[in-house]
Amino acid sequence: MASTAAVPFWRSAGMTYITYSNICANLVRNCLKEPFKSEAISREKVHFSVSRWVDGKPQKPTIRSDTPEV
Amino acid sequence: MFRQAAHRLLTRSTTIRRLYSTEVATDASSGDSAFVEAWKKVAPNIDPPKTPIQFMEPRPPTPSTLPSKLTVNFVLPYAAELSKAEVDMVIVPATTGQMGILPGHVPTIAELKPGLLSVHEGNDVKKYFISSGFAFVHSNSYTDILAVEAVPLDRIDPAQVQKGLSEFTQKLSSASTDLDKAEAQIGVDVHSALNSALTG
Repeated sequence: MASTAAVPFWRSAGMTYITYSNICANLVRNCLKEPFKSEAISREKVHFSVSRWVDGKPQKPTIRSDTPEV
Repeated sequence: MFRQAAHRLLTRSTTIRRLYSTEVATDASSGDSAFVEAWKKVAPNIDPPKTPIQFMEPRPPTPSTLPSKLTVNFVLPYAAELSKAEVDMVIVPATTGQMGILPGHVPTIAELKPGLLSVHEGNDVKKYFISSGFAFVHSNSYTDILAVEAVPLDRIDPAQVQKGLSEFTQKLSSASTDLDKAEAQIGVDVHSALNSALTG
């Protein structure tokens, strides 16, 4: 049975709910007043290191500290 | 559709119906009785260890009469804004419009859009702007509101909101790919919701 429910515009553009939710949260954080804005942004910073594995051995890891992008 | 019907015919007479979660006994403080019996057979002199289910708080029961207050758990990923707070009403910004939740509300799952959440307790109203999330209303008048970002209105900077609104409106008209259009549309939605929350 084909579902004919209307999809939200972001879903039809190929975006997942998590991406949509994170974009909304980032936009709201950018509109905060000063002390709260820097607290919120520092709270949401992400740091991780990624290493690719080739032939069963880890290669040199790269460190990424992406600030979440809008 | 036909595959499901055939499957149901085969299993209907042979298996017992699985219980819904509301029908399962919620009082687990005595522990899993089958486990305790088996333990006593093997080691009768040692007390049986506690199993995980005994550490869980049982689900609050559904009262037989309408409760007078709504119990709200309003949580964010980094903090619990309200934890088991007894209030009279909450109004949540569901995607289908502003939804008011009173004690005795029918169990609902609502996806939230960026908008204003208000918590009414007697004569006080506390307002928060929510970026997005979900609201679950359970049959025992417990309401769980999960949001990614929720800020009291006085922390929002109106100048930033106006700037964002004009920037995204302009991006929307100049967007080319579907994804750009979607992002610009999200920007416009969020900023106009912020705007109306500040002015309304």
